[in-house]
Amino acid sequence: MIRFIVRRLLQLIPTLFGLSILLFIWLRRLPGGPETAILGERGTPEMRAAIRQNLGLDEPILIQYGRFIRRMVRLDLGTSISTKREVTTEFLQRFPGTVELTITAMVIAIGIGIPLGYLAARRRGRFLDHASVGGSLIGICIPVFFLAYILKAIFSENLGWFPSSGRQDPTLGATRITNFFVLDGLMTREWDAAADAIWHLVLPGMALASIPLAIIVRITRASVLEVLNEDFVRTAEAKGLTENVVRRRHVLRNAMLPVATSIGLLTGGLLSGAVLTETVFAFSGIGAFLADSISQRDYPVLMGFIMIIAVVYVLVNLIVDLSYSLIDPRVRVR
Amino acid sequence: MALLDVEELSVTFARRNQRPVRAVDGVSFSVDAGEVVGLVGESGCGKSVTSLAIMGLLPKQPGLTVGGKAVFDGTDLLKIDDRSRRDIRGRDIAMIFQDPLSSLNPVVPIGIQVTEVLTRHRGMKGEAAAKEAAQLLDRVGIPDPKRRLKEYPHQLSGGMRQRALIAMAVACQPRLLIADEPTTALDVTIQAQILELLKDLVRDSGTALVMITHDLGVVAGMCDTINVLYGGRVVETARRRPLFRQPRHPYTVGLLGSVPRLDAGRGERLNPIPGSVRDLLPWPDGCAFAPRCTRRIDSCVGEPPALVVTHDSRGYRCVNPAPLPGAPGEEVREVVPGSATPGSVPAQAVPDDPPAVPGLAATPSEEDVA
Repeated sequence: MIRFIVRRLLQLIPTLFGLSILLFIWLRRLPGGPETAILGERGTPEMRAAIRQNLGLDEPILIQYGRFIRRMVRLDLGTSISTKREVTTEFLQRFPGTVELTITAMVIAIGIGIPLGYLAARRRGRFLDHASVGGSLIGICIPVFFLAYILKAIFSENLGWFPSSGRQDPTLGATRITNFFVLDGLMTREWDAAADAIWHLVLPGMALASIPLAIIVRITRASVLEVLNEDFVRTAEAKGLTENVVRRRHVLRNAMLPVATSIGLLTGGLLSGAVLTETVFAFSGIGAFLADSISQRDYPVLMGFIMIIAVVYVLVNLIVDLSYSLIDPRVRVR
Repeated sequence: MALLDVEELSVTFARRNQRPVRAVDGVSFSVDAGEVVGLVGESGCGKSVTSLAIMGLLPKQPGLTVGGKAVFDGTDLLKIDDRSRRDIRGRDIAMIFQDPLSSLNPVVPIGIQVTEVLTRHRGMKGEAAAKEAAQLLDRVGIPDPKRRLKEYPHQLSGGMRQRALIAMAVACQPRLLIADEPTTALDVTIQAQILELLKDLVRDSGTALVMITHDLGVVAGMCDTINVLYGGRVVETARRRPLFRQPRHPYTVGLLGSVPRLDAGRGERLNPIPGSVRDLLPWPDGCAFAPRCTRRIDSCVGEPPALVVTHDSRGYRCVNPAPLPGAPGEEVREVVPGSATPGSVPAQAVPDDPPAVPGLAATPSEEDVA
């Protein structure tokens, strides 16, 4: 087990190395540079050259890359060109918002998706089945930003049930410790701050949950249908077990294997930022910031953020692999 | 009165735009307390569907119709509600399945799979249930039962898995045990051990056993009474000895003739039954076996053959049975006219017949009849 974890973490090193090369080449090949973003169309060639020299962008690309690697080894991600702040600081300030949003979305998607998928499978061919399969198709097809605007228009602007933007009401003056607003509220016992942060998460969480929810419903349904035909379910029925035990112990546990994999992949995807949802709800996470950084050609931010996201993605999948061996004893981690 | 009385059991699968398929077409047999009864026939003759229908385990699907009666200890199992059926299953009637690996839950330890029966029907929990489970595993011949309880099915050998399944089935000392091809997925030496174990268990506990098999060797070694099935019907019923000595139905004769024997002379050829199981006449049009039968006469076709019950309570469904050697006549006690519902095809006659129930396929065995 420990060896498995250590080996997977060591595998991260070549992965990150390869990724950094690809990223470096890709970013530098984008037309324009940070000087265009800073100066706009009016800058003279001299001003552009001065900025490039200032940022060290005039040197040969290999030297730039070498400098980047030297900093990376010291875990120094450099300074953002556009905000002039440390990339690490920017990340630590924004990533908690993304994590909170991801957790909210996945809680909604799993909490509704698995029971709905199970029921659809048990009522195969009946109304609930058709409704959930059709509904999940709509969930996949509908653009997230469109859903986000609809949710915002109905529940925030018309009904006024939920706040329309931000992560927390700034007038509360909540204390910041970890930048996980909900966690901060609980740690400092500022219950109103925690509740307000949760309140702010509901609508963006729902918008973001739509695609994972649809995927989880479909995978659960397909998986349960397959398990229901297994011989061991018939054995369980032959033992006269109550429906409840058959369902929980024999059907659901086996049906969860493929669902667990997809939950891992979906979580990893959401953690890399939800540009559209964050933009619609003016929610400060990494997604919108990352999108801005691309248009600003903010190389240090892009390099740093994407490298960290890669690490997070690998970690999430490591956790999924470990949980897999908990659900299925046939999978032994070595 | 018999412990289990199956009367005119029929199972029909109707599918859209297709003729309904009769997997079981009027099967009748009975099982006395403590008796070992065999249901013998080729793949798709309705053996497994019969047992699943009795247990109420047929997959619930639209178009499934189960008719007739299956009276167990005064209760018609086909009429009772789901809850009472769950109470009876596992406690009074238990079942053992064909493939021990797929019949065990791969992600739940053996121990829990045994104790869940004890918890459900005998109210045992925790320590007591674990102790009883270990004793059960010990009784079915699994060494080191305490350790095995914590293991998962994939850590056991094929024979061990089948023993574990048997332990779950006998956990509540059921009065009737249905074994559906319990040895088909095992190799020959293990087959013998499992049959021996089943024999011991039913002898010691007085449990009645319904043995479903395609293997005449299994039947010869165990069963008191044998029912031969063809095309979803019982075509011959007899005690073991008379059946093997003097088979009357030509299908039974054919089955026995196609089994290799050690005492056969050198160079003697096997006599397979001509034709294939697909060459089947729907029962309403006559005897289903007629297209393959060597003793076919004109009156075989036209109407289903009547059930002839003779003085020694044998029964066969044939208008031109094989003659009794040395005995010119026999006393016929009763003749029950055969009836059949028209408009449906027997399951064996359906091309690319997708088994409506998993686990119907059977492989021929090379074991001989002792």
